[in-house]
Amino acid sequence: MTTTPPGAAPVQFPLTFGLDTFGDVTHDEDDRPLSHAQTIRNIVEQGVLADQVGVDFFGIGEHHTDDFPLSAGDVVLAAIAARTSRIHLGSAVTVLSSDDPVRVFQRYSTLNAISGGRAEVILGRGSSIDSFPLFGYDLADYEELFEEKAGLFAELVKGGPVTWQGKTRASLHNQDVVPHTEFGPFPVWIGVGGSPQSVIRAARYGFSLMLAIIGGSPLRFAPFSQLFLKALERFGRPPLPVGVHSPGHVDVTDEKAREEFWPRYREVIRSVSETRGFAIPTRESFLHEVGPEGALYVGSPETVAQKIAANLTALGATRFDLKYGMGGLSHQALMTNIELYGTQVVPRVRELLVEAQDRRSHRRDRSVG
Amino acid sequence: MTVIALPPARLPRIAVLGAGHVGPVIARVALEAGYNVSIAASGDPEQIELIAQVLAPGAEPQRAADAVEEAGIVVLAIPLHKFTTLDPSLLDGKLVVDAMNYWPPVDGVQEMFEDHRYSSSEIVQRRLVRSTVVKTLNHLGYHQLEDERRPRGSPQRRALGVAGDDPRAVDVVAELIERIGYDAVRFDRLSAGRLLEPGGPVFGALLHRSEFERAVRAEAA
Repeated sequence: MTTTPPGAAPVQFPLTFGLDTFGDVTHDEDDRPLSHAQTIRNIVEQGVLADQVGVDFFGIGEHHTDDFPLSAGDVVLAAIAARTSRIHLGSAVTVLSSDDPVRVFQRYSTLNAISGGRAEVILGRGSSIDSFPLFGYDLADYEELFEEKAGLFAELVKGGPVTWQGKTRASLHNQDVVPHTEFGPFPVWIGVGGSPQSVIRAARYGFSLMLAIIGGSPLRFAPFSQLFLKALERFGRPPLPVGVHSPGHVDVTDEKAREEFWPRYREVIRSVSETRGFAIPTRESFLHEVGPEGALYVGSPETVAQKIAANLTALGATRFDLKYGMGGLSHQALMTNIELYGTQVVPRVRELLVEAQDRRSHRRDRSVG
Repeated sequence: MTVIALPPARLPRIAVLGAGHVGPVIARVALEAGYNVSIAASGDPEQIELIAQVLAPGAEPQRAADAVEEAGIVVLAIPLHKFTTLDPSLLDGKLVVDAMNYWPPVDGVQEMFEDHRYSSSEIVQRRLVRSTVVKTLNHLGYHQLEDERRPRGSPQRRALGVAGDDPRAVDVVAELIERIGYDAVRFDRLSAGRLLEPGGPVFGALLHRSEFERAVRAEAA
């Protein structure tokens, strides 16, 4: 497999840094779960803080369970929009297959209006499947649903009346769908966890690519970036940004971040493994994921920044979203994470990437001279 | 088993059916193990040309029927619900590797696979009446399959289970597994494939041969 870093090419897109949450229920000082309502109010505070510390994007992943009660993330994003002026706000992800693309467009173009053009949408399946039985969809139809609905969504975000026919919803005939966006289409991404066909689909519809890397070596996704660029070329589209979404936790020292995160991570994966047959993580497998060859960004600001910079370069990506929070961590720990991410991690990654760029151009100069 | 060192040209050609998460990874590791590989999805090969070119350079994108016809081993790397609509006659007379899993919490309930008397690969075999089914490559994550390969004799070499009723077919598939970079742990019944399924003792676990054998024995006891 080719491992030539696509990041060796000059960066075409501005570097942007986001925070994503699945809305894991937070615990109080006595380690008791907070109510869904309080968890949601805390997420509003987290989004506001993210804006204050200079984070570029705040995303909420759709879930429908007791542990993750963020089933209507767009409403929460609207509350954050009303209290901020700079940060972009979006889904991470919207489970489009079990939703109506018209309604998704309406909700996010409304968010776009409230926020003055700061809405984004990341479409995907997400890591859980709870929306399928809830809304009466069959998981076996996942691909067909996604394909058709992504096509309709691409038409909707272009703006203007839409004519569309398919099997998964009522036809549209020259239908005006409101509210209209003010400044043209808002950014749309497709979150991809390992399906090359999803990469091709993103390119076909002109959506950006968000690589969801939640386990194993981030480098194995490098061919996906190449596939995306080649597919864009084939479809006659201009280049589009590639992003990375990965879980992590930042605290002042490596040790503190790991000790806070590890028991929560073990518990969450353990509960998932009961229904899905995953292997339960061991301390050893956790440390491997935290290390340079794993997918977790857990540690001090310096450790996390080094890893983000290395992987953005290796994957030819210009956007990084840290999926922060893990069931049972406290609101306070998450606020600390957000503050350190915005004030220390992000500036440090920018610095590291500029240094790396300088080193590359020096090498080029020498080789030319 | 004794591995006879055949020149690459004598190794059976492999047809990988499926160009999703799993197929290109299997195609790539098989190519690197010295096999000739073709890859097919449900439609026109043109649709997967880029995927083959970037993710499994050297694998030939083909129509499923053409790929199968020329192949000595056919690897089923499609989602299980697509198997239920696959025409069994496509695979007549072929050695078929079942790399699929029945995993209802993730992929939904499939009526065909709800017969608990049989392991999922036995149900595949009962549908593919004129094929020889061997189960393997299903219990290690597709992202691990590439990273965890090790040369023969390496202390870090991991084990993969290979289960089938036909010993010669198991031989051929075990050799593929060994050449890819894993110790093949052989089971002489396809029904033993149950041990490799989700929720079983080795599913998703990275085990050396001895650990693998111990885990399987503990389960069987």
